[in-house]
Amino acid sequence: MKEGLTGNKGWEPVWRDPQPKPAYDIVIIGGGGHGLATAYYLAKEHGLANIAVLEKGWIGGGNVGRNTTIIRSNYMLPDNEPFYELSLKLWEGLEQDLNYNAMVSQRGIVNLYHNDAQRDAFARRGNTMRLAGADAELLDERGVRKLCPFLDFGNARFPIKGGLWQPRGGTVRHDAVAWGYARGADQRGVDIIQNCEVTGLTIEKGVCQGVETTRGAIRAKKVAVSVAGASGRVMALAGMRLPIETHVLQAFVSEGLKPIIPGVVTFGAGHFYISQSDKGGLVFGGDIDGYNSYAQRGGLAAVEDVCESGMAIMPMIGRARVLRMWGGAMDMSMDGSPFIDKTDIDGLYFNGGWCYGGFKATPASGFCFAHLIATDRPHEIATAFRLDRFRRGAMIDEKGQGAQPNLH
Amino acid sequence: MLINHPLLGPRDVSEFVYLGDASLIDRPDWQAGDAGEQFHDYLYLRDNPAGAHRELWFHEQGDRSWLVVTRHTVTHEILKVELARDVALARGRDK
Amino acid sequence: MSQPYRINGGLIDREKVLSFTFNKQPFEGYQGDTLASALLANGQRLVGRSFKYHRPRGIFTAGSEEPNALVELRDGAYREANTRATTVELFDGLAAHSQNHRGPLSFDLMAVNDFLHPFLGAGFYYKTFMWPASFWEKVYEPIIRRSAGLGRLSGEADPDTYEKGFRHCDLLIIGGGPAGLAAARFAGRSGARVILVDEERLLGGRLNAETYAVDGEAGAAWAADCADELHALDNVEILTRATVAGVFDHGVYSVVERNTDHLPDAGGRARQTLWRVYAKSAILCAGAAERPIAFGNNDRPGVMLAGAVRAFANRWAVAPGRRVAVFTNNDDGWRCAEDLSAHGVEITAVIDSRDIAPLARIPGALMAMGERVVDTRGRKGVHTITLSNGGVIPADCLAVSGGWSPNVHLTCHHRGRPQWREDIAAFVPGQDLPPGMRVAGAAKGVMRLGDVLADGYCTAMETIETLGFTPPPGEAPRADNESAAVSAFWHVAESRARCWVDLQNDVTVKDITLAEREGFRSVEHLKRYTTLGMATDQGKTGNVLGLAVLAESQGKSIAETGVTIFRPPYTPVPIGAFAGKSRGKEFRPTRVTPSHQWAEEQGAVFVEVGMWLRAQYFPRAGETHWRQSVDREVRSVRGSVGVCDVTTLGKIDIQGRDAAAFLNRVYCNAFAKLPVGKARYGVMLREDGVVMDDGTTARLSKTHFVMTTTTANAVSVFRHMEFCRQCLWPSMDVHLISATEQWAQFAVAGPNARKLLQKVVDPAFDISNDSFPYMACGEMTICGGTPARLFRISFSGELAYEIAVPGRFGESLVRILMEAGAEFNVTPYGTEAVGVMRTEKGHAAGPELNGQTTARDLGLGRMVSKKKDSIGSLLSEREALNREDGFILMGFRPINRENKLSAGAHFIAKTAPATLEHDEGWLSSVAYSPELGHSIGLGFIARGAERIGETVLAVDLVRNQEIEVEIVPPVFVDPEGERLRV
Repeated sequence: MKEGLTGNKGWEPVWRDPQPKPAYDIVIIGGGGHGLATAYYLAKEHGLANIAVLEKGWIGGGNVGRNTTIIRSNYMLPDNEPFYELSLKLWEGLEQDLNYNAMVSQRGIVNLYHNDAQRDAFARRGNTMRLAGADAELLDERGVRKLCPFLDFGNARFPIKGGLWQPRGGTVRHDAVAWGYARGADQRGVDIIQNCEVTGLTIEKGVCQGVETTRGAIRAKKVAVSVAGASGRVMALAGMRLPIETHVLQAFVSEGLKPIIPGVVTFGAGHFYISQSDKGGLVFGGDIDGYNSYAQRGGLAAVEDVCESGMAIMPMIGRARVLRMWGGAMDMSMDGSPFIDKTDIDGLYFNGGWCYGGFKATPASGFCFAHLIATDRPHEIATAFRLDRFRRGAMIDEKGQGAQPNLH
Repeated sequence: MLINHPLLGPRDVSEFVYLGDASLIDRPDWQAGDAGEQFHDYLYLRDNPAGAHRELWFHEQGDRSWLVVTRHTVTHEILKVELARDVALARGRDK
Repeated sequence: MSQPYRINGGLIDREKVLSFTFNKQPFEGYQGDTLASALLANGQRLVGRSFKYHRPRGIFTAGSEEPNALVELRDGAYREANTRATTVELFDGLAAHSQNHRGPLSFDLMAVNDFLHPFLGAGFYYKTFMWPASFWEKVYEPIIRRSAGLGRLSGEADPDTYEKGFRHCDLLIIGGGPAGLAAARFAGRSGARVILVDEERLLGGRLNAETYAVDGEAGAAWAADCADELHALDNVEILTRATVAGVFDHGVYSVVERNTDHLPDAGGRARQTLWRVYAKSAILCAGAAERPIAFGNNDRPGVMLAGAVRAFANRWAVAPGRRVAVFTNNDDGWRCAEDLSAHGVEITAVIDSRDIAPLARIPGALMAMGERVVDTRGRKGVHTITLSNGGVIPADCLAVSGGWSPNVHLTCHHRGRPQWREDIAAFVPGQDLPPGMRVAGAAKGVMRLGDVLADGYCTAMETIETLGFTPPPGEAPRADNESAAVSAFWHVAESRARCWVDLQNDVTVKDITLAEREGFRSVEHLKRYTTLGMATDQGKTGNVLGLAVLAESQGKSIAETGVTIFRPPYTPVPIGAFAGKSRGKEFRPTRVTPSHQWAEEQGAVFVEVGMWLRAQYFPRAGETHWRQSVDREVRSVRGSVGVCDVTTLGKIDIQGRDAAAFLNRVYCNAFAKLPVGKARYGVMLREDGVVMDDGTTARLSKTHFVMTTTTANAVSVFRHMEFCRQCLWPSMDVHLISATEQWAQFAVAGPNARKLLQKVVDPAFDISNDSFPYMACGEMTICGGTPARLFRISFSGELAYEIAVPGRFGESLVRILMEAGAEFNVTPYGTEAVGVMRTEKGHAAGPELNGQTTARDLGLGRMVSKKKDSIGSLLSEREALNREDGFILMGFRPINRENKLSAGAHFIAKTAPATLEHDEGWLSSVAYSPELGHSIGLGFIARGAERIGETVLAVDLVRNQEIEVEIVPPVFVDPEGERLRV
């Protein structure tokens, strides 16, 4: 508050703008949410500081800066749920940890169901959540009406029968997450280097020794890749093919409106999710467009489909106007679940495959990736996110869609 | 997007359903010595290029042809469209 | 007194007086007015409050770029928040309300935020409100949320309708100003199919707002003539009140046409139409938008853009003030002074930031050359302005011109980057335009009218030649080239008051320099940290100014600083317009079965199954609970006979010499040697070894099979089989056709099923148990010659058949079956009874075939033949899919038979705590078995097959239930299958 009284003259840069050093203990490729969180937890939890985060453009410019800001831990499979619950717990303490207000707002998330089979699948999921120590309630239609009286209960093509409600779900001001982690990491000595694109991985005798960048070569004992959306491009530098396709997901924000939608609402008979930001914009999205793309922009059909689904459950938004739509590149994995793993190349670590659910995972992803990099052992809560799981048949397929990334 | 169907001319992309990389045509021999490894790579690993990409589309709301579309994944420009059956035959797939 | 600020001239119809209200106060205007021009005509300068500080705001522009004058239009469910008064065509009875204030507009209680501004600067949220931890959600956030947002949604369903359509053209011309008209006329005369789109009611663009002449006549008149000629051409379509919102791949443009927004009510018409325009080429003629200069209190009502001030005067015959001052950095600003002076409005001063000789003589006006406006004063609107030389000038309207920015937005929808041009101090389209698009006129940075007309003409010529049309004779329209010199000047450094950059989001020059100091130096960081350009006007007026301030504070050029990416839509589009008719019951098509009407007559309750509506159960008089009906239906089937419409199951007709070999590859179990006249249960795997679908396939002849799939997977299985046929085994002689809707199919199940069918099947066909045993199939005729197919298959576990007839006979067939079965008390049964009976028989259905289970999990592991190549068989052998402690489908029954099982419960050992580490599986399907008299369930449990007889807990935490259950084999009724074969 002091700065308000002294004319806001004392504010300093939130993070430094250092020149890259010739060598670091650890180089993290990717200054997005996950990369910055990894750097932060490496410094905070493992006492490491000789770390650089290399960002091709400006930090937070990838998916952490263009998502629908939802946080939740409502997964069905035991390989996923504890990880996302750890993430939610980290979100809950994040702002005090970072001393930075990321506007973590736990206004709840409700996933609607429209038939008995869906209800029972949600019960299975809700029970997984509860067994993992998370919160979950199975609501009937009356319960949903109480939360969201504006939904179309009378005339919907797929009637709303109830929902799975997680009160601790919510939203976070996405950009602030990147800035908060950047500031925290920077204060602990991590070099955050923007406008530094990695053009090559230095691999000698099967060991990764550093990176080539547009700002020169940088040696490193360990190189950690955290570039979801561009994982294929970066790992190709190491000659690796991944169980990942890159797809485009669009998201939408409306003009600012007075508060009307309490938490996060998702549709169960189409694909649609919506919340309202603290600035008043309705933030919503749906399915990925469905074809490989790095274009970071989508097609009209997906736009129409998302808005149709929105109108199908809440026809009161018909007169709200779409202010902006945008597309992001998603690492769509073969089973819809992510990877936090070592690679076959010593010293090269990989984090990716977050599909379009990576934002909520940011804290736990950084936390577990940092653990893996620092100790060379996977964190106990992220042991399933291995690259070799398809070879073993240990898929983590929440949606049951098989090896078809665009359906996850 | 518009896909220039080799038999039907330009068609809106919403008539089609996408599958993925056209390498899915190259299903391995189940009796090969390393068939398990080959099937793993076939089903799960992708080149995922930022550039020209040969990919399979199904004309579900049309003539039910599977097509191999060569499309640039950064610009979305479509460079070539072929009937998948022709491609499969040309790649030596038989019975 | 009515309309005290109205002056002479203009393109309004003074014969048609329109009444309207603003904040319930009645006003009058004329046909041709916008809400903004009518408010100004009535002297209403204060129209809204700003987003964050709730500062009083007035009308700032005359077009869709308006940042300030946002109103709530209409009432009740028709209420439309955040509507720009500058784009609302006035109609009789219009009701508008100001928004975002508490208490009256002139005394907004939230304006207290303005006094707190030292604490509420850029990024203020991030640095504050964290402590104590619980306060953000409980205290701070609710306050912020309440004061955030602009207008209100009604909370009611949008009562209007919307529609969608498709249009095709050789050339799409975006914008009907001088460049667009010149281009459209030329292209129209060439015979090319042209669509001309303009966001306004009236074609002409700035020609209607200026006093220029084209080809010797007044610009507005020339535009009207041009429009007349275009309307007369069959090959030209004109969409006015329409906005090109987005540019998509391969020449697809989304165009939103506003059909009824200018009318008191829609009168049954669709409010807006979303056109998907397929264009071979396009010319963007979107013109340019004027931008402000930042100086102290430059947000006060009465401070307006100069181009808007003279648009109100020239087009709408309104003087935005009685004493107008002009502040400019370019020649264009002077035209404002000249035009208003010509209208008899007093010009008190012309302030030009350039130290040059005055460009015009304005009677009575002070000429302040090389000076700046540093501040404004006035309670609810500007009253005086203070100059850098200390002078105080009276003015109730200050017209500001900081130069013009080409409307490049649509050129960036494929992520193109505009380029900075120093000579006009503006961004122009880069080289990376969307394919097929050209840009002409002011949108390209061509700023003088004569040049604009020529550019539109030449660009059209270039385009139509590329398209292969012959250029028509004739010349480009001519106009004088006005002077347009500009000298970049962005903000007044000596202003001590706050200087506003983004008026709607309340971003000041200081906010930008503060963000820069905090390290938010990339334009994207600046945007996100300060919210510059993120308001409903998308920064159309303020963005370039903001970038200039950022560049200056970094000591960089604007070109180096760059711009953020412009995203669709160009102007905001109602969600309803993108949805069109797909809402309510029309959200998705509804498929009904052949017996639907008959079932309705029986009083059936229906349930959504994918797109289908199926009869769920058939309640009878006196039954008050669905269970009563379902139990009765099950008992009737098991006791005598029942009929169920199973048409929704997918049916695929498979023919060809290699049909059997083909099936042998898509099913994991053997099909090659299935005899003619027999059906077989088949399991289809995905290539990853997980079960994709199951069903029966019947062999009608050596080369002809009929497959059934589950209802849910009918489409995806067909697609998969076509993939196998065309991509994997292209030489196989096999052909597939989906026949789901071509054949109506009914299950006839129960001990009396044969007796019933024998009454229907023609006598030539013997369906006795010997001639037509379990799993037999055949083509036959029924009811005296109607073709039919009969399959002796059973999902219920009883003696059962499925009988299929061509779809058009389906309804008759159900009536005939019911009539013929009357003597057996035949009972129609629905999906609930089907579900009960299949659970009793341990058949897997949707909850078990969920895309996560293998044949082994389902207890069908031995069906996967290892002697042949089939899809999925190889990868089904992977270790993790064959773990000894893997889940197996088992049956479960409550130890206390009174207990009711619930699907979704997890299994936990009796002695173990209810945590995830002790999770042993889940209950997937439950039913009440009328035959057994208690609840039963199917579920997956680790090592299930070895644990028969063991008791575990079915823990359903979300339903507060915990039940002891016994693990049993998954078949509860007739485990030997004797009933099937009788």
